[in-house]
Amino acid sequence: MSENEAGCARPTGAMVGEAAPEQTQEKIPEKEIKMVIAKVGTKAPDFQAPAYYRGKFTTVKLSDFLGKWVLLCFYPGDFTFV
Amino acid sequence: MSAVAVNYDKLQKLGVEVISVSVDSQFVHKVWNDQELSKMAGKDIPFHMASDGPGNVGKIYGIYDEVAGVELRGRFIIDPDGIIQAMEVMTPPVGRHMDETIRQINAFQYVRAAKGAEVCPAGWEPGKKTLKPGPDLVANVWKVWNPLKDH
Repeated sequence: MSENEAGCARPTGAMVGEAAPEQTQEKIPEKEIKMVIAKVGTKAPDFQAPAYYRGKFTTVKLSDFLGKWVLLCFYPGDFTFV
Repeated sequence: MSAVAVNYDKLQKLGVEVISVSVDSQFVHKVWNDQELSKMAGKDIPFHMASDGPGNVGKIYGIYDEVAGVELRGRFIIDPDGIIQAMEVMTPPVGRHMDETIRQINAFQYVRAAKGAEVCPAGWEPGKKTLKPGPDLVANVWKVWNPLKDH
């Protein structure tokens, strides 16, 4: 079910595909994947991304937190001032 | 992010997990935690600091700034069913207020527990008056809720 983007030299985050057939995932280049834009009242697009968590390098996946409330905070960058 | 860190215990009590996301690598996250955030928060960052170098995650959340190559300040409250209940998007120069975020989480949790039988009017905080939607309330909100007294 999850779309694994592993294998890149540099770990990056990506949207997690929802129950898309494996073969389709491989055939469709990333740019052609229908972009899900988050809207209130709809399902939060699932994703996984490399993370730093309590002294360790990990992978965080949004859907691992189903059953809990999640506060998802984007910000412009580390070491920025606000 | 240090403001989120110092409110983390409060969020944990509400059953909220936190994920922060920027385009910086996880290595930079570590150094930022070690060199600056931990000094501001008085402790290490206790939540997941995700790395979104190419902006893939930011794009699907509609908050990636293609020109600057950074994420905008986007904050999403996601319920246990994975539904986005609230979002707030700001340009970089102004920061969020955690009290408002926590107020909204309290309100959404209250409404969820009430299964829609009660709703939270403007400025609602725990202990304040809620409204019970129904035929009797139509055109009668003014009788039970006042923006000066109850806000």
